[in-house]
Amino acid sequence: MESLLSIRDLRKSFRAPDGRDQAVIDVPSFDLAAAGQVALRGESGSGKTTLLHLIAGILRPDSGSILLDGIDLAQCSESQRDQLRAQHIGYIFQTFNLLQGYSALENIELAMRFGGTLDRSRARALLDRVGLADRMHYHPRQLSVGQQQRVAVARALANKPKLVLADEPTGNLDFRRASESLALIREVCSENDAALLLVSHDRAILNSFDTQHDLRNLNRAMAPLDDSYDEAGAASGSPQEVSK
Amino acid sequence: MSSSFASPLSAIALIVRRSLRQHALSSLVTIVSVALAAGLLMSVFSIKQQTHNAFTSGATGFDAVLGARGSQLQLVLNSVFHLETSPGNIPYSSYLAIKRDPRVRWAIPYAVGDNYKGYRVVGTTEEFYDRYTYGDEQKLAFEGSGRMFREAYGEAVVGSMAAQATGLTYGSTFNTFHGLNFDEKAQHSTEFIVTGILKPTGTPIDRVVWIPLEGYYRMGGHEPRDKKTGKIIEIKPGVAIPDEYKEVSAVMLKLRSGGSGASLDVEMNQQGNIRTLAWPIGKVMADLFYKIAWANQVLEFVAYLVAIVAGAAILASIYNTMNERRREFAILRALGAKRSVVFSAIVAESATIAALGSLLGYVVYGVLISVAASIVRAKAGVVLDVTAYHEALRLTPIGMTLLGALVGIVPAWKAYSTDVATNLVPTS
Repeated sequence: MESLLSIRDLRKSFRAPDGRDQAVIDVPSFDLAAAGQVALRGESGSGKTTLLHLIAGILRPDSGSILLDGIDLAQCSESQRDQLRAQHIGYIFQTFNLLQGYSALENIELAMRFGGTLDRSRARALLDRVGLADRMHYHPRQLSVGQQQRVAVARALANKPKLVLADEPTGNLDFRRASESLALIREVCSENDAALLLVSHDRAILNSFDTQHDLRNLNRAMAPLDDSYDEAGAASGSPQEVSK
Repeated sequence: MSSSFASPLSAIALIVRRSLRQHALSSLVTIVSVALAAGLLMSVFSIKQQTHNAFTSGATGFDAVLGARGSQLQLVLNSVFHLETSPGNIPYSSYLAIKRDPRVRWAIPYAVGDNYKGYRVVGTTEEFYDRYTYGDEQKLAFEGSGRMFREAYGEAVVGSMAAQATGLTYGSTFNTFHGLNFDEKAQHSTEFIVTGILKPTGTPIDRVVWIPLEGYYRMGGHEPRDKKTGKIIEIKPGVAIPDEYKEVSAVMLKLRSGGSGASLDVEMNQQGNIRTLAWPIGKVMADLFYKIAWANQVLEFVAYLVAIVAGAAILASIYNTMNERRREFAILRALGAKRSVVFSAIVAESATIAALGSLLGYVVYGVLISVAASIVRAKAGVVLDVTAYHEALRLTPIGMTLLGALVGIVPAWKAYSTDVATNLVPTS
């Protein structure tokens, strides 16, 4: 299947307090098929957020390529990356990052405005789809944590993105709500033909995916695992895709 | 489908609206401070122009004033605006001479020196009512069944403002007080009866109590004196006062043409040294405004300073929110907003505060110019046109909005520079 996302020799370093460059990301290869759903296991400090920021075009790599539907984000200007992010990438943050001064509906409509097309009926339909038809005009502080997360999911899908990035999307939810939320995210991504790249450290979440990777094996900048983490049968230490 | 193209401007407009709502109190305080500054700026320029126009336009009804040798300005202020002391008297013969002059359309004598409860009492002739016109050649008129005084009787007519302030009405009787400032111990014994209240004219005559010139001369304390001996000339009722014993404070003139004024000006002011002709009245007052132009410049300077302070208030108000809004900017950027959109949103927010403040400034302007107009009306009897247009009414809102946009660049640059990756996590 043709790759929607194709990463090659991706490197990113940050300046450490002692003045030296510290490599955070060194990913030789990673691919994600269009409409595919992949989970990455990423512990704290494994560079998962940095990797997602690179894929989203928020950060620019030091070297390597990030091809999104044939466009190399590494070669794009910041403005072009902003445009690509607005139109083709949805992002679900662990802390949701909803805009507090805006209603649920306005959070989605603002994302649509950045994408260049305002579709109010779609915005309402998305909120309806995530079960918030009666909360459209509520502000984030008036919503429960679970409801805020659903707004974040709807907002990520606002511009019919080709790729949805989810960074510990269920990290702030209890087990039952996390399962429900994950199911919702996967369903709405499928319904919208959007590929999903989800990062989590929650084994239960990871095991619900057919395809999962361990970021510490994927990212050579971090020390590889020295034991088998996956009791469900994931091949330990393998930098390659793990299929259950 | 309700899908439509969304320009960055629509996103910026939404961000500005929501930010103003989120920071409603500080935005409101800043808007009010801008309103005060804008209102002050518009008022300073507009009141200056309106005052200048009111005092120099010639709408007072006279072309020139003849009086004792001295300052033309003092003569005009005293006789036209009833504000200053008289520079002195001139012989009655001077009045008769100028009245006969072919260059003069009409001449009306004034005798000043008394007041009623602080309002000027001016002795004049019945001709004043017949001749005097103001504004667009409007003639004097009385309220109700009032009529002009008769010169041989102890009668008086009262200007509208003077009547309102002193309580004099048709049929009232009163005694005048000596001097231009009210002193209850200086009451004259002669009693006058009010035969009419003049309708408002919007000119300084509204502030005057008018009595017959003859009545003025016959009042106790105003008796004519022999110029050589200084002795009081006895005046018997019913017997005319000889002209040689009479004096007037000023003669108000309507001239036949501008050339008449120029020729009289040469004759009285340059060749003669006994009398002063104040002509044209508008120019005399314009000279006054020219002399006190520095005061206007000080006012303008203060108004500009207040505008700059208002600009600084906008800057401080928005800049102070920048730290708490770093995450908001990072989220906007993460959603795909370009740096330029975030930058423009802050500049637009700053300009919007200035624009809203300027709009509210029209209310402040309305209040200030109304207060100024009522003060000028009360003190000088002159009406300011509060509805008159001045360029400041157009330029001030534009200038304040541009100033708002300019000061918005500072916080906008901070928003522009916000690092997305490091500010996407909660700070608390």
